[in-house]
Amino acid sequence: MTTSGLAVETRGLTKRFGRHEAVSSLDLDVPTGSVFGFLGPNGSGKTTTIRMLLALAAPTAGTISVLGSEMPSRSADVLPRVGALVEGPGFYPFLSGEANLTRFDAAEPGTSSRTREGRVADALARVGLPAAARKKVGSYSLGMKQRLGIAVALLSPRDLIVLDEPTNGLDPQGTREVRALIRGLNADGTTVLVSSHLLAEIEQLCSHAAIMRTGRLVAQGGLDELRGTTAAFELETPDAERAVGVLARHGLAALVTDDVHVGDGRRVDAALPGDVLSEDLVSALVAADVRVRGVAVRRPSLEECFVELTGEGFDVER
Amino acid sequence: MSNAEVPAADHGRASSTARPRGIGALLLSEFALLFRRRRTWALLSALAAIPVLLAVAVRLSGEGGGPSFVGEIAGNGLFTGFAAITVAVPLFLPLTIGVVAGDSTAGEASLGTLRYLLITPVGRIRLLLVKFAAAALFCLTAALTVMVVGILIGLALFPVGPVTLLSGTQVPVIDAIARALLIAVYVAVSLLGLSAIGLFISTLTDVPVGAMAATVVLSITSQILGSLSQLSAIHPYLFTTHWFGFGDLLRDPISWTSFGENALLQFGYVVVFGSLAMGRFVTRDILS
Ligand SMILES: Nc1ncnc2c1ncn2[C@@H]1O[C@H](COP(=O)(O)OP(=O)(O)O)[C@@H](O)[C@H]1O
Ligand SMILES: [Mg+2]
Repeated sequence: MTTSGLAVETRGLTKRFGRHEAVSSLDLDVPTGSVFGFLGPNGSGKTTTIRMLLALAAPTAGTISVLGSEMPSRSADVLPRVGALVEGPGFYPFLSGEANLTRFDAAEPGTSSRTREGRVADALARVGLPAAARKKVGSYSLGMKQRLGIAVALLSPRDLIVLDEPTNGLDPQGTREVRALIRGLNADGTTVLVSSHLLAEIEQLCSHAAIMRTGRLVAQGGLDELRGTTAAFELETPDAERAVGVLARHGLAALVTDDVHVGDGRRVDAALPGDVLSEDLVSALVAADVRVRGVAVRRPSLEECFVELTGEGFDVER
Repeated sequence: MSNAEVPAADHGRASSTARPRGIGALLLSEFALLFRRRRTWALLSALAAIPVLLAVAVRLSGEGGGPSFVGEIAGNGLFTGFAAITVAVPLFLPLTIGVVAGDSTAGEASLGTLRYLLITPVGRIRLLLVKFAAAALFCLTAALTVMVVGILIGLALFPVGPVTLLSGTQVPVIDAIARALLIAVYVAVSLLGLSAIGLFISTLTDVPVGAMAATVVLSITSQILGSLSQLSAIHPYLFTTHWFGFGDLLRDPISWTSFGENALLQFGYVVVFGSLAMGRFVTRDILS
């Protein structure tokens, strides 16, 4: 198995529960240093895959390499470099948030008890929980538990952080904070693997993504690669016919849409090939005396790509 | 894709998680977890209530009779401890041990903390070792609770004096108290086999109540089997066989035979069920 700049690499990864195949021949490539979106509807096998990556469950078939080492055989060496939130947070409700973190920190071999207090305080501060540190976790809201779960993953410096549905139960403000946290971690050089059944929620965050459906990989790669190189070029102008001519000279087949217009303005739509820059088009239009009222370049969302790839809505459960 | 057809082997997982390095902090954390639970204190309070109820009942009624040692309480308060532990051994102590040992990994699984401990990575063998250590500590605490509370309530409510041993000799109070504490240790050791059984059952399930109940049922079943003379062939191998053998510590000189035999038998149970627990837990998928 190569270590070619991949933080996670699986080959033919398969997990069967009885006769039901939850994950089928998965070849996952998570580049080192990426924010990797692991996307798919509920029940598509994301959590099961993550459990296998973390040596919680043994694969039925296939191989796994995490941070360059084979799993689960090297888990004792690999896991200290990995922080994770899997299938929701799990805590001792009768202990305070602080005592819970202390417990998990003490469970990790080789952590020093002298510096434990500092690590726990730092982790609590990073997720914005110091005020609730002494309260029993049983009294926490779901959002607070979710943050505390992320704090567990941050107790020690990690090379890889795996967050399974980290925004579950969070309000929009909490979701924004988690996104900012992920960006900050990634800026420090940590590879982040983040799973979600809400494509839109983390699409803006990811550099790479894999899309799952019923245990199978539908697509995987850099985000631009996934969305395809073609974007939609939308122009609003009163000089629609002249604009179509200019665009045609740049190789764009443009259409005038009559039903969308403001005053004497009309809309011109064209598919924008990957090798044409929209700013060149705008200067050409202006040079040809086309009055440009508005220009938009719209790239398809991952959700639209998914629908195109599978012919199904994203929210279907199997 | 040929490697997709190769069944993944578990090779190495056991060895890589088996190294119990730096177990001290984890052990302390486990003990703290045990004694920070209200449930643990509820169990110990229930055990402490046994000698208190016994002493108060004897005091109010003014008559002896009933289980062994109860008759002697009114004459010498020290016997409250002996009487209480005799009452606690068949059911109440196994009940509390069943709760603590049965909860070991199943409780962590049901809370969802098991996966986080394993990711840490705590090491599966390491976790089982500290879980067993915590159960053993609880056995000792439980037996001492019954005995010490019994002695204290006896001192408070009844006259106390030299104790006549089963062999007829009299020993001074301090000597009798030392023997009482020794009996508590004997009882704690008696419960180690049951703790190991509870730990093993706990690794089989994510439902702690089920593991607790199964453990308690086994302790009762074993005592019933031990009372059937038709099954005398298997009696020496029942983990409950020596549960009432602590009377030997009340002879002069002390007879250590049953202590030794009991310790050896319990050790055997710990090895067998400890190994079963490890075998099961090391290869198990954690899907809780
Ligand atoms: N312990 C289990 N036993 C049987 N089937 C399971 C178990 N866990 C998950 N599954 C099945 O595996 C599939 C994938 O589940 P999961 O990995 O949790 O999906 P996701 O995290 O993408 O929502 C689902 O069909 C689910 O029913
Ligand atoms: Mg999931």
